[in-house]
Amino acid sequence: MATLTPVMDRPVAARLVRSPADRRRATVDRSMRGLALAAAIACVIPLGAVVLFVTLKGAAGLNLDLLTKAPRALGTGGGAASAILGSLQMIPLATVVAVPVGVLAAVYVNEFSGRRSATAIRFAADVLVGIPSILVGIFVFTFLVLPFKQFNAFAGSMALALLMVPVIMRTTEEILRLVPSTLREASLALGVPMWRTVLSVVLRTGLTGILTGVMLAVARAFGETAPLLFTALGSRLVNVGDFAKPMDALPIFIYVNARQPFPALNQQAWGAALLLLIVVLAINILVRARSWGRRAA
Amino acid sequence: MTIPGAPGLPTRRFTGRSGSSADRLFRTSTGIAAVTMAGLILAIGLMLLVNSGEAFRQFGVGFVTGTTWDPVAGIYDALPYIVGTLLSSAIALAIAAPIGLLTAIFLAELAPRRVALPLTFLIELLAAIPSVVFGLWGVFVLSPFLGATLEPFLIRTLGWIPIFAGPSYGIGLFSAGIILAIMILPTIVAIAREVISSVPDSQREAMAALGATRWEIVRRAVLPFARSGIVGAIILGLGRALGETMAVTMVIGNGQNIPTRLFDQAQTIASKIATTFNEASIGLQTSSLIALGLMLLVITISLNVVARLLVRRVATEGGR
Repeated sequence: MATLTPVMDRPVAARLVRSPADRRRATVDRSMRGLALAAAIACVIPLGAVVLFVTLKGAAGLNLDLLTKAPRALGTGGGAASAILGSLQMIPLATVVAVPVGVLAAVYVNEFSGRRSATAIRFAADVLVGIPSILVGIFVFTFLVLPFKQFNAFAGSMALALLMVPVIMRTTEEILRLVPSTLREASLALGVPMWRTVLSVVLRTGLTGILTGVMLAVARAFGETAPLLFTALGSRLVNVGDFAKPMDALPIFIYVNARQPFPALNQQAWGAALLLLIVVLAINILVRARSWGRRAA
Repeated sequence: MTIPGAPGLPTRRFTGRSGSSADRLFRTSTGIAAVTMAGLILAIGLMLLVNSGEAFRQFGVGFVTGTTWDPVAGIYDALPYIVGTLLSSAIALAIAAPIGLLTAIFLAELAPRRVALPLTFLIELLAAIPSVVFGLWGVFVLSPFLGATLEPFLIRTLGWIPIFAGPSYGIGLFSAGIILAIMILPTIVAIAREVISSVPDSQREAMAALGATRWEIVRRAVLPFARSGIVGAIILGLGRALGETMAVTMVIGNGQNIPTRLFDQAQTIASKIATTFNEASIGLQTSSLIALGLMLLVITISLNVVARLLVRRVATEGGR
């Protein structure tokens, strides 16, 4: 910040000579700074409130039944096994599809493309991140559900992959930009072909950062509901391995059970929400704490 | 986080056009990946455009101005959902823009580093909470709380103004606006903070040399310099609010009429699609829902483009 000391931080003696106008300015200064502090606190309150209530209400619902039992077809009881298994199948498939596309696109933008097209593709990624995810659901529905007349988990995975690609591309690209050119030159000078240089020197150097981006994209995919509504649909049945059939996912389970008139099912929604929150926040905290630690050092 | 749309270093690290066939293959495959990603936007837009044709041909301008959504009569109009979307986002902005801006100022200008770092971290975590979890919390905690406290209070004190008139249900436009405000705060704070940080120190030092207080430095040097970027940050928040689906769907109450009062139950474009699309019969009704989606896409993309251009303007002028 500024190297000169603002009025309020000067020694007391210097502050003694003050006109009423000065005093008014000091009051305005103090109150606006207080207001800014209050606003910052107000930002954190919802985080605390959500985490607190999900923990309180979810702790009772997060039990062995929720983790291991399938939902009952009718009435209450059962658990969220279908949703947990569904998320654990669709997200790996989405990741497997999204990582190569996102990383290669980042390599293109950072290593090969001209400045103009790089700007355009970066811009496209930013816009893609901003597209409402429900529209991605409609898009994938049209191409992967409608032709087969069957909601299916494969479509759900592809919808999630579509949301992950721009996130992975942008974070990867930020990292690749930091890889020093001297490394590339050294590698090329040793006679290593360009493609090997990119794969085993450039990407290898940025690996930790790339993994950070991938993990953040995975965390985002875990919580996405809207794009799954018209694709994977959700299901009360445990579906292992059949990507041509509807599949449940944690966020869909929460959404569906929250709308039921049975308190027992609402309770399951809270339990599943606690599980989801633990997964998402754990990934975010672990991944971000690393980069924050580095930035603070 | 870096400023979105900020110009990077010059690219094209590998300049040679020639190379072995393996090199060419690799270069081409990265190009295909990049074009695929960029092409997705075009594909989504085209798909929505083609599939919404039936609705627009059938209803014309009436689609945007009509108020009926009646599957039995086969009439589908969009106005109630357009109004619901605009109003819920307006409520969200009215709350989140001032709080977000003040927070960004606090983090970038006023707070000592050891306070600003953990606070920024917590606000990033707020952005990571899934929409459906906000929705669950909104339905069972926030809405009943508002319905029992703030809403009756507003009706008692301001009820003589038509928009504040009762009854209130807890669930409705107001709750949706507040949930949206919480969800867009992290976006506004993060971008506004980056923009404010990119104001050159010389601007602050000049004000300080004139004897300005901390707030006067912010008010008269930093904010004017960062203005367009701050507007960009708020517009990005607006774009997010307009397209937000799950949390809104869960707390807005699925009202089918045009909301006229703050506590009315309503429906946004996104929530209408989320609740109706799977039950809709293929044909005119689906086409109408996709037409709603197309409008949403056009609005959010335009807002995004404008916002990013505004943010980039500050980033290129300043930069420390």
